[in-house]
Amino acid sequence: MDWLNLVVFPVLRSVVLIVVLLTGFAYLTWYERKLLARFHARYGPNRAGTFGLLQPVADAVKAVFKEEVIPRHVDRWVYLLAPMLALVPALVIWAVIPVAKGVPAIADVNIGFLWILAIAGVESYGVILAGWSSNNNYSLLGALRSSAQMISYELPLGMFLVSILLLAGGFSLVSLVETPRAWWEWVWLWAMFPLFFICILAETNRSPFDLPETENELVAGFQTEYGGIKFALFFMAEYINMITTSTIMATLFFGGYRLPFGLLSDVVWLGPFVLAAKVILLLFLFIWVRASIGRPRYDQLMHFAWKFLLPVSIGYMIVTALLVVFFK
Amino acid sequence: MMTASILFFIAIGAVSLASALGVVISRIPIHSALFLLVNFVSMAVLFITLDAQFLAAAQVIIYAGGIVILMLFVIMLIGSDEIRENAGHRVWTPYVGILLGVILLASMTFALVEAGPPPATSAVVQGGVPEAVGMTLLTRYILPFEMAGVLLLVALIGALLLARPPKQKTEN
Repeated sequence: MDWLNLVVFPVLRSVVLIVVLLTGFAYLTWYERKLLARFHARYGPNRAGTFGLLQPVADAVKAVFKEEVIPRHVDRWVYLLAPMLALVPALVIWAVIPVAKGVPAIADVNIGFLWILAIAGVESYGVILAGWSSNNNYSLLGALRSSAQMISYELPLGMFLVSILLLAGGFSLVSLVETPRAWWEWVWLWAMFPLFFICILAETNRSPFDLPETENELVAGFQTEYGGIKFALFFMAEYINMITTSTIMATLFFGGYRLPFGLLSDVVWLGPFVLAAKVILLLFLFIWVRASIGRPRYDQLMHFAWKFLLPVSIGYMIVTALLVVFFK
Repeated sequence: MMTASILFFIAIGAVSLASALGVVISRIPIHSALFLLVNFVSMAVLFITLDAQFLAAAQVIIYAGGIVILMLFVIMLIGSDEIRENAGHRVWTPYVGILLGVILLASMTFALVEAGPPPATSAVVQGGVPEAVGMTLLTRYILPFEMAGVLLLVALIGALLLARPPKQKTEN
Protein backbone atom coordinates (compact mmCIF):
# COMPACT_ATOMS: atom_id res chain seq x y z
CA MET A 1 0.00 0.00 0.00
CA ASP A 2 2.80 2.35 0.92
CA TRP A 3 4.58 1.59 -2.29
CA LEU A 4 1.43 2.19 -4.29
CA ASN A 5 0.95 5.65 -2.81
CA LEU A 6 4.59 6.60 -2.70
CA VAL A 7 5.85 5.38 -6.04
CA VAL A 8 3.27 3.89 -8.40
CA PHE A 9 0.60 6.61 -8.37
CA PRO A 10 2.98 9.58 -8.62
CA VAL A 11 4.80 7.85 -11.48
CA LEU A 12 1.53 7.19 -13.30
CA ARG A 13 0.44 10.78 -12.78
CA SER A 14 3.78 12.07 -14.05
CA VAL A 15 3.57 9.89 -17.17
CA VAL A 16 0.07 11.13 -17.94
CA LEU A 17 1.16 14.72 -17.31
CA ILE A 18 4.18 14.41 -19.60
CA VAL A 19 2.16 12.83 -22.39
CA VAL A 20 -0.45 15.58 -22.13
CA LEU A 21 2.23 18.27 -22.13
CA LEU A 22 4.07 16.82 -25.12
CA THR A 23 0.84 16.60 -27.09
CA GLY A 24 0.08 20.13 -25.96
CA PHE A 25 3.48 21.23 -27.21
CA ALA A 26 2.96 19.60 -30.62
CA TYR A 27 -0.39 21.28 -31.10
CA LEU A 28 0.83 24.57 -29.68
CA THR A 29 3.25 24.80 -32.60
CA TRP A 30 0.34 24.17 -34.95
CA TYR A 31 -1.80 26.72 -33.09
CA GLU A 32 0.95 29.32 -33.29
CA ARG A 33 1.64 28.79 -36.99
CA LYS A 34 -2.06 28.92 -37.82
CA LEU A 35 -2.61 32.07 -35.77
CA LEU A 36 0.51 33.81 -37.06
CA ALA A 37 -0.63 32.99 -40.58
CA ARG A 38 -4.00 34.56 -39.85
CA PHE A 39 -2.31 37.68 -38.47
CA HIS A 40 -0.25 37.85 -41.67
CA ALA A 41 -3.31 37.16 -43.87
CA ARG A 42 -1.97 33.75 -45.00
CA TYR A 43 -3.36 30.23 -44.65
CA GLY A 44 -0.61 28.59 -42.60
CA PRO A 45 0.01 24.83 -42.64
CA ASN A 46 -2.83 23.16 -44.52
CA ARG A 47 -1.29 20.24 -46.47
CA ALA A 48 -0.82 17.49 -43.89
CA GLY A 49 -4.28 16.34 -42.84
CA THR A 50 -7.43 18.44 -42.43
CA PHE A 51 -6.53 22.02 -41.47
CA GLY A 52 -2.92 20.86 -41.36
CA LEU A 53 -3.63 18.96 -38.14
CA LEU A 54 -1.03 16.31 -38.97
CA GLN A 55 1.70 18.93 -39.42
CA PRO A 56 3.15 18.43 -35.89
CA VAL A 57 3.42 14.69 -36.57
CA ALA A 58 5.32 15.34 -39.77
CA ASP A 59 7.62 17.80 -37.96
CA ALA A 60 8.30 15.30 -35.19
CA VAL A 61 9.17 12.54 -37.67
CA LYS A 62 11.51 14.90 -39.48
CA ALA A 63 13.29 16.00 -36.28
CA VAL A 64 13.73 12.44 -35.02
CA PHE A 65 15.12 11.03 -38.23
CA LYS A 66 17.63 13.80 -38.89
CA GLU A 67 21.28 12.83 -38.71
CA GLU A 68 22.76 13.34 -35.25
CA VAL A 69 25.59 15.80 -35.69
CA ILE A 70 27.86 16.67 -32.79
CA PRO A 71 30.39 19.26 -33.94
CA ARG A 72 34.01 18.52 -33.02
CA HIS A 73 34.74 21.84 -31.36
CA VAL A 74 32.08 21.56 -28.64
CA ASP A 75 32.42 20.52 -25.03
CA ARG A 76 30.70 17.18 -25.55
CA TRP A 77 29.17 16.47 -22.14
CA VAL A 78 27.86 19.94 -21.47
CA TYR A 79 26.69 20.18 -25.07
CA LEU A 80 24.53 17.08 -24.62
CA LEU A 81 23.41 18.07 -21.13
CA ALA A 82 22.15 21.52 -22.06
CA PRO A 83 18.98 20.56 -24.01
CA MET A 84 17.90 18.28 -21.19
CA LEU A 85 18.50 20.99 -18.59
CA ALA A 86 16.39 23.30 -20.71
CA LEU A 87 13.45 20.90 -20.88
CA VAL A 88 13.34 19.39 -17.40
CA PRO A 89 12.47 22.51 -15.34
CA ALA A 90 9.54 23.28 -17.62
CA LEU A 91 8.08 19.87 -16.79
CA VAL A 92 9.06 19.75 -13.13
CA ILE A 93 7.33 23.01 -12.26
CA TRP A 94 4.00 21.29 -12.94
CA ALA A 95 4.24 19.21 -9.77
CA VAL A 96 2.53 21.83 -7.59
CA ILE A 97 -0.09 23.23 -9.97
CA PRO A 98 -3.66 22.34 -9.03
CA VAL A 99 -5.61 20.89 -11.97
CA ALA A 100 -9.01 20.27 -10.37
CA LYS A 101 -10.77 20.92 -7.07
CA GLY A 102 -8.32 19.86 -4.36
CA VAL A 103 -6.25 17.84 -6.84
CA PRO A 104 -2.70 19.03 -7.46
CA ALA A 105 -0.83 17.66 -10.46
CA ILE A 106 1.57 15.67 -8.27
CA ALA A 107 1.71 16.97 -4.71
CA ASP A 108 0.24 19.71 -2.55
CA VAL A 109 3.31 20.88 -0.68
CA ASN A 110 3.39 23.81 1.66
CA ILE A 111 6.14 25.49 -0.35
CA GLY A 112 4.21 25.62 -3.66
CA PHE A 113 5.13 29.24 -4.34
CA LEU A 114 8.77 28.74 -3.45
CA TRP A 115 8.84 25.71 -5.72
CA ILE A 116 7.83 27.90 -8.65
CA LEU A 117 10.46 30.49 -7.73
CA ALA A 118 13.14 27.84 -7.32
CA ILE A 119 12.47 26.10 -10.62
CA ALA A 120 12.19 29.43 -12.44
CA GLY A 121 15.63 30.20 -11.05
CA VAL A 122 17.30 27.14 -12.57
CA GLU A 123 15.49 27.45 -15.89
CA SER A 124 18.24 29.50 -17.49
CA TYR A 125 20.92 26.81 -17.20
CA GLY A 126 19.97 25.08 -20.44
CA VAL A 127 20.43 28.23 -22.47
CA ILE A 128 23.59 29.38 -20.73
CA LEU A 129 25.30 26.01 -21.01
CA ALA A 130 24.22 25.51 -24.61
CA GLY A 131 25.79 28.85 -25.50
CA TRP A 132 29.02 28.15 -23.67
CA SER A 133 29.53 24.53 -24.73
CA SER A 134 28.95 25.35 -28.41
CA ASN A 135 32.34 27.08 -28.36
CA ASN A 136 31.13 29.70 -30.78
CA ASN A 137 31.11 33.44 -30.23
CA TYR A 138 27.57 34.02 -31.45
CA SER A 139 26.27 31.26 -29.21
CA LEU A 140 28.19 32.62 -26.23
CA LEU A 141 26.81 36.11 -26.81
CA GLY A 142 23.32 34.67 -26.98
CA ALA A 143 23.88 32.80 -23.74
CA LEU A 144 25.25 35.88 -21.95
CA ARG A 145 22.29 37.93 -23.10
CA SER A 146 19.91 35.26 -22.00
CA SER A 147 21.38 34.87 -18.54
CA ALA A 148 21.50 38.62 -17.94
CA GLN A 149 17.94 38.98 -19.16
CA MET A 150 16.60 36.14 -17.06
CA ILE A 151 18.38 37.28 -13.90
CA SER A 152 17.10 40.82 -14.39
CA TYR A 153 13.48 39.89 -14.98
CA GLU A 154 13.44 37.30 -12.22
CA LEU A 155 13.68 40.11 -9.65
CA PRO A 156 10.43 41.95 -10.48
CA LEU A 157 8.79 38.58 -11.12
CA GLY A 158 9.77 37.45 -7.63
CA MET A 159 8.50 40.72 -6.13
CA PHE A 160 5.14 40.30 -7.85
CA LEU A 161 4.94 36.69 -6.70
CA VAL A 162 5.63 37.82 -3.15
CA SER A 163 2.79 40.33 -3.46
CA ILE A 164 0.41 37.59 -4.61
CA LEU A 165 1.65 35.49 -1.74
CA LEU A 166 0.86 38.32 0.69
CA LEU A 167 -2.67 38.51 -0.68
CA ALA A 168 -3.13 34.75 -0.56
CA GLY A 169 -1.69 34.37 2.92
CA GLY A 170 -0.22 30.89 2.37
CA PHE A 171 2.30 29.02 0.28
CA SER A 172 0.04 26.31 -1.10
CA LEU A 173 -1.29 26.82 -4.62
CA VAL A 174 -4.21 24.48 -4.01
CA SER A 175 -5.52 26.60 -1.17
CA LEU A 176 -4.75 29.78 -3.13
CA VAL A 177 -7.32 28.86 -5.78
CA GLU A 178 -9.91 27.76 -3.23
CA THR A 179 -9.67 30.84 -0.99
CA PRO A 180 -12.30 33.41 -1.96
CA ARG A 181 -11.09 36.93 -2.68
CA ALA A 182 -12.73 40.29 -2.09
CA TRP A 183 -13.49 42.40 -5.19
CA TRP A 184 -10.75 44.93 -4.47
CA GLU A 185 -8.26 42.09 -4.31
CA TRP A 186 -9.18 41.00 -7.83
CA VAL A 187 -8.93 44.56 -9.13
CA TRP A 188 -5.57 45.11 -7.43
CA LEU A 189 -4.31 41.76 -8.74
CA TRP A 190 -5.39 42.37 -12.32
CA ALA A 191 -3.86 45.85 -12.32
CA MET A 192 -0.51 44.10 -12.02
CA PHE A 193 -1.18 41.44 -14.65
CA PRO A 194 0.27 43.33 -17.68
CA LEU A 195 3.59 43.87 -15.90
CA PHE A 196 3.67 40.28 -14.72
CA PHE A 197 3.01 39.14 -18.26
CA ILE A 198 5.92 41.24 -19.53
CA CYS A 199 8.20 39.55 -16.99
CA ILE A 200 6.94 36.16 -18.13
CA LEU A 201 7.62 37.04 -21.77
CA ALA A 202 11.19 37.90 -20.86
CA GLU A 203 11.63 34.80 -18.71
CA THR A 204 10.46 32.47 -21.46
CA ASN A 205 12.64 34.24 -24.05
CA ARG A 206 9.55 34.83 -26.13
CA SER A 207 9.14 37.53 -28.72
CA PRO A 208 9.47 40.50 -28.36
CA PHE A 209 12.17 39.57 -25.82
CA ASP A 210 13.77 36.79 -27.87
CA LEU A 211 17.10 38.58 -27.94
CA PRO A 212 19.13 35.47 -27.08
CA GLU A 213 18.31 34.09 -30.51
CA THR A 214 18.06 37.18 -32.69
CA GLU A 215 18.71 35.77 -36.13
CA ASN A 216 19.92 39.01 -37.69
CA GLU A 217 22.70 39.65 -35.15
CA LEU A 218 23.52 36.29 -33.62
CA VAL A 219 22.58 33.74 -36.33
CA ALA A 220 20.41 31.68 -34.00
CA GLY A 221 22.05 32.60 -30.70
CA PHE A 222 22.59 29.79 -28.23
CA GLN A 223 21.06 27.13 -30.47
CA THR A 224 23.20 27.75 -33.55
CA GLU A 225 25.19 24.54 -33.16
CA TYR A 226 22.21 22.31 -32.41
CA GLY A 227 20.26 20.25 -34.92
CA GLY A 228 17.82 17.38 -35.19
CA ILE A 229 16.33 16.07 -31.97
CA LYS A 230 18.62 18.21 -29.80
CA PHE A 231 17.26 21.35 -31.42
CA ALA A 232 13.77 19.91 -31.04
CA LEU A 233 14.38 19.64 -27.29
CA PHE A 234 15.11 23.38 -27.06
CA PHE A 235 12.07 24.07 -29.15
CA MET A 236 10.03 21.83 -26.88
CA ALA A 237 11.40 23.55 -23.79
CA GLU A 238 10.34 26.96 -25.07
CA TYR A 239 6.83 25.88 -25.94
CA ILE A 240 6.25 23.79 -22.83
CA ASN A 241 7.49 26.77 -20.86
CA MET A 242 4.81 28.85 -22.55
CA ILE A 243 2.16 26.32 -21.53
CA THR A 244 3.54 26.10 -18.00
CA THR A 245 3.74 29.84 -17.43
CA SER A 246 0.27 30.29 -18.91
CA THR A 247 -1.04 27.73 -16.45
CA ILE A 248 0.69 29.52 -13.59
CA MET A 249 -0.82 32.82 -14.68
CA ALA A 250 -4.26 31.22 -15.02
CA THR A 251 -3.87 29.81 -11.52
CA LEU A 252 -2.57 32.98 -9.90
CA PHE A 253 -4.71 35.56 -11.64
CA PHE A 254 -7.79 33.91 -13.09
CA GLY A 255 -8.92 31.32 -10.59
CA GLY A 256 -7.23 28.28 -12.12
CA TYR A 257 -9.65 25.42 -12.63
CA ARG A 258 -12.69 27.34 -11.31
CA LEU A 259 -15.44 28.87 -13.37
CA PRO A 260 -16.26 32.50 -12.52
CA PHE A 261 -18.81 33.16 -9.74
CA GLY A 262 -18.41 29.63 -8.39
CA LEU A 263 -20.50 28.12 -11.22
CA LEU A 264 -20.62 24.30 -11.23
CA SER A 265 -17.97 24.20 -8.51
CA ASP A 266 -19.01 20.69 -7.46
CA VAL A 267 -18.22 19.08 -10.81
CA VAL A 268 -14.64 18.01 -10.21
CA TRP A 269 -13.92 16.56 -13.66
CA LEU A 270 -14.69 19.92 -15.27
CA GLY A 271 -11.59 21.44 -13.63
CA PRO A 272 -8.91 20.41 -16.13
CA PHE A 273 -11.06 21.53 -19.05
CA VAL A 274 -11.71 24.96 -17.56
CA LEU A 275 -8.01 25.31 -16.83
CA ALA A 276 -7.14 24.23 -20.38
CA ALA A 277 -9.55 26.80 -21.83
CA LYS A 278 -7.94 29.59 -19.80
CA VAL A 279 -4.48 28.41 -20.82
CA ILE A 280 -5.42 28.43 -24.50
CA LEU A 281 -6.68 32.01 -24.17
CA LEU A 282 -3.44 33.08 -22.49
CA LEU A 283 -1.40 31.31 -25.16
CA PHE A 284 -3.32 33.34 -27.72
CA LEU A 285 -1.99 36.40 -25.90
CA PHE A 286 1.60 35.16 -26.30
CA ILE A 287 1.14 34.67 -30.03
CA TRP A 288 -0.75 37.93 -30.46
CA VAL A 289 2.16 39.79 -28.90
CA ARG A 290 4.62 37.97 -31.15
CA ALA A 291 2.66 38.93 -34.24
CA SER A 292 2.24 42.57 -33.24
CA ILE A 293 5.29 43.95 -31.44
CA GLY A 294 8.85 44.32 -32.68
CA ARG A 295 11.97 43.60 -30.63
CA PRO A 296 13.39 46.29 -28.40
CA ARG A 297 17.14 46.96 -28.38
CA TYR A 298 19.10 45.11 -25.75
CA ASP A 299 19.86 48.19 -23.64
CA GLN A 300 16.19 49.19 -23.75
CA LEU A 301 15.31 45.76 -22.43
CA MET A 302 17.70 46.14 -19.50
CA HIS A 303 16.67 49.71 -18.74
CA PHE A 304 13.05 48.68 -18.65
CA ALA A 305 13.74 45.90 -16.18
CA TRP A 306 15.99 47.82 -13.78
CA LYS A 307 14.69 51.35 -14.01
CA PHE A 308 10.99 50.73 -14.38
CA LEU A 309 9.84 47.21 -13.50
CA LEU A 310 11.94 46.70 -10.39
CA PRO A 311 11.00 49.96 -8.60
CA VAL A 312 7.36 49.52 -9.60
CA SER A 313 7.30 45.95 -8.33
CA ILE A 314 8.85 46.94 -5.01
CA GLY A 315 6.33 49.76 -4.65
CA TYR A 316 3.54 47.35 -5.52
CA MET A 317 4.71 44.95 -2.87
CA ILE A 318 4.79 47.66 -0.20
CA VAL A 319 1.28 48.86 -1.07
CA THR A 320 0.02 45.27 -1.10
CA ALA A 321 1.45 44.67 2.35
CA LEU A 322 -0.25 47.83 3.63
CA LEU A 323 -3.55 46.80 2.04
CA VAL A 324 -3.37 43.35 3.59
CA VAL A 325 -2.58 44.76 7.02
CA PHE A 326 -5.33 47.38 7.01
CA PHE A 327 -8.18 45.82 5.05
CA LYS A 328 -7.91 42.07 5.45
CA MET B 1 10.62 2.27 5.85
CA MET B 2 13.56 3.23 8.02
CA THR B 3 16.02 1.28 5.89
CA ALA B 4 14.61 2.84 2.73
CA SER B 5 15.20 6.35 4.04
CA ILE B 6 18.71 5.43 5.15
CA LEU B 7 19.47 3.98 1.71
CA PHE B 8 18.14 7.16 0.15
CA PHE B 9 20.30 9.26 2.44
CA ILE B 10 23.38 7.22 1.53
CA ALA B 11 22.66 7.55 -2.20
CA ILE B 12 22.14 11.33 -2.04
CA GLY B 13 25.12 11.72 0.28
CA ALA B 14 27.27 9.81 -2.20
CA VAL B 15 26.09 12.07 -5.03
CA SER B 16 26.87 15.20 -3.03
CA LEU B 17 30.30 13.90 -2.00
CA ALA B 18 31.16 12.86 -5.56
CA SER B 19 30.08 16.24 -6.91
CA ALA B 20 32.11 18.02 -4.24
CA LEU B 21 35.14 16.01 -5.35
CA GLY B 22 34.32 16.93 -8.94
CA VAL B 23 34.42 20.64 -8.07
CA VAL B 24 37.96 20.30 -6.82
CA ILE B 25 39.30 17.85 -9.36
CA SER B 26 37.91 19.00 -12.70
CA ARG B 27 40.23 21.18 -14.76
CA ILE B 28 37.62 23.16 -16.64
CA PRO B 29 36.13 25.96 -14.51
CA ILE B 30 32.64 25.60 -16.00
CA HIS B 31 32.62 21.90 -15.13
CA SER B 32 33.58 22.79 -11.58
CA ALA B 33 30.68 25.23 -11.40
CA LEU B 34 28.31 22.53 -12.69
CA PHE B 35 29.53 20.03 -10.10
CA LEU B 36 28.94 22.71 -7.49
CA LEU B 37 25.39 23.03 -8.81
CA VAL B 38 24.84 19.28 -8.40
CA ASN B 39 26.22 19.55 -4.89
CA PHE B 40 23.84 22.38 -3.95
CA VAL B 41 20.84 20.54 -5.35
CA SER B 42 21.69 17.30 -3.55
CA MET B 43 22.04 19.29 -0.33
CA ALA B 44 18.55 20.67 -0.95
CA VAL B 45 17.26 17.11 -1.33
CA LEU B 46 18.90 16.23 2.00
CA PHE B 47 17.17 19.21 3.61
CA ILE B 48 13.83 17.93 2.34
CA THR B 49 14.45 14.51 3.89
CA LEU B 50 15.03 16.37 7.18
CA ASP B 51 11.61 18.09 6.76
CA ALA B 52 13.28 21.46 6.29
CA GLN B 53 11.32 22.37 3.17
CA PHE B 54 11.80 26.10 3.43
CA LEU B 55 15.53 25.67 3.74
CA ALA B 56 15.55 23.38 0.70
CA ALA B 57 13.64 25.89 -1.40
CA ALA B 58 15.87 28.72 -0.24
CA GLN B 59 18.94 26.63 -1.03
CA VAL B 60 17.78 26.09 -4.61
CA ILE B 61 16.58 29.68 -5.12
CA ILE B 62 19.68 31.36 -3.75
CA TYR B 63 22.53 28.98 -4.51
CA ALA B 64 21.40 27.02 -7.57
CA GLY B 65 19.34 29.80 -9.12
CA GLY B 66 21.48 32.78 -8.21
CA ILE B 67 25.03 32.21 -7.14
CA VAL B 68 26.05 29.46 -9.57
CA ILE B 69 24.54 31.42 -12.47
CA LEU B 70 26.59 34.44 -11.42
CA MET B 71 29.67 32.23 -11.27
CA LEU B 72 29.02 30.91 -14.77
CA PHE B 73 28.52 34.49 -15.89
CA VAL B 74 31.86 35.57 -14.46
CA ILE B 75 33.69 32.54 -15.86
CA MET B 76 32.27 33.19 -19.31
CA LEU B 77 33.17 36.88 -19.20
CA ILE B 78 36.70 36.33 -17.94
CA GLY B 79 37.34 33.40 -20.23
CA SER B 80 37.28 29.76 -19.31
CA ASP B 81 40.57 28.30 -20.41
CA GLU B 82 41.54 24.96 -19.05
CA ILE B 83 43.64 25.19 -15.92
CA ARG B 84 47.11 23.96 -16.80
CA GLU B 85 49.05 21.61 -14.55
CA ASN B 86 51.23 24.08 -12.72
CA ALA B 87 49.54 27.43 -13.20
CA GLY B 88 49.87 28.99 -9.77
CA HIS B 89 49.95 25.58 -8.13
CA ARG B 90 52.49 24.71 -5.51
CA VAL B 91 53.39 21.13 -4.88
CA TRP B 92 52.28 21.20 -1.30
CA THR B 93 48.88 22.91 -1.89
CA PRO B 94 46.78 19.72 -2.12
CA TYR B 95 48.41 18.18 0.95
CA VAL B 96 47.79 21.26 3.08
CA GLY B 97 44.22 21.32 1.75
CA ILE B 98 43.66 17.69 2.72
CA LEU B 99 45.18 18.31 6.14
CA LEU B 100 42.97 21.33 6.79
CA GLY B 101 39.92 19.37 5.61
CA VAL B 102 40.68 16.55 8.04
CA ILE B 103 41.13 19.05 10.88
CA LEU B 104 37.78 20.68 10.05
CA LEU B 105 36.04 17.30 9.87
CA ALA B 106 37.59 16.19 13.16
CA SER B 107 36.71 19.36 15.04
CA MET B 108 33.13 19.39 13.76
CA THR B 109 32.64 15.71 14.60
CA PHE B 110 34.08 16.36 18.05
CA ALA B 111 31.81 19.37 18.64
CA LEU B 112 28.72 17.48 17.49
CA VAL B 113 29.49 14.41 19.54
CA GLU B 114 30.21 16.54 22.61
CA ALA B 115 27.09 18.67 22.32
CA GLY B 116 24.73 15.95 21.16
CA PRO B 117 22.04 16.72 18.57
CA PRO B 118 20.68 20.26 18.97
CA PRO B 119 17.33 19.77 20.71
CA ALA B 120 15.53 23.01 20.07
CA THR B 121 15.67 23.51 16.29
CA SER B 122 13.11 21.01 15.08
CA ALA B 123 10.65 22.00 17.78
CA VAL B 124 11.14 25.73 17.21
CA VAL B 125 10.71 25.75 13.45
CA GLN B 126 8.06 23.00 13.32
CA GLY B 127 9.78 21.03 10.61
CA GLY B 128 10.82 24.00 8.51
CA VAL B 129 7.39 25.28 7.50
CA PRO B 130 7.93 28.78 6.02
CA GLU B 131 5.56 30.48 8.47
CA ALA B 132 7.35 28.98 11.48
CA VAL B 133 10.77 29.86 10.10
CA GLY B 134 9.63 33.44 9.49
CA MET B 135 8.19 33.83 12.98
CA THR B 136 11.35 32.48 14.58
CA LEU B 137 13.61 34.65 12.46
CA LEU B 138 11.70 37.85 13.16
CA THR B 139 11.15 37.33 16.88
CA ARG B 140 13.73 35.17 18.58
CA TYR B 141 16.61 35.76 16.18
CA ILE B 142 15.76 39.32 15.19
CA LEU B 143 19.16 40.76 16.11
CA PRO B 144 21.33 38.37 14.03
CA PHE B 145 18.78 38.72 11.21
CA GLU B 146 19.05 42.52 11.22
CA MET B 147 22.82 42.35 11.46
CA ALA B 148 22.99 40.09 8.42
CA GLY B 149 20.78 42.57 6.60
CA VAL B 150 23.07 45.49 7.49
CA LEU B 151 26.10 43.45 6.43
CA LEU B 152 24.56 42.75 3.04
CA LEU B 153 23.70 46.43 2.62
CA VAL B 154 27.27 47.40 3.42
CA ALA B 155 28.56 44.89 0.89
CA LEU B 156 26.16 46.28 -1.71
CA ILE B 157 27.29 49.86 -1.14
CA GLY B 158 30.92 48.75 -1.20
CA ALA B 159 30.38 47.03 -4.54
CA LEU B 160 28.76 50.18 -5.91
CA LEU B 161 31.69 52.30 -4.73
CA LEU B 162 34.22 49.91 -6.25
CA ALA B 163 32.39 49.71 -9.55
CA ARG B 164 32.01 53.49 -9.91
CA PRO B 165 34.51 55.02 -12.31
CA PRO B 166 37.06 57.24 -10.50
CA LYS B 167 35.79 60.79 -10.74
CA GLN B 168 38.97 62.88 -10.73
CA LYS B 169 40.66 60.99 -13.51
CA THR B 170 37.76 61.58 -15.87
CA GLU B 171 37.83 65.33 -15.12
CA ASN B 172 41.51 65.56 -15.93
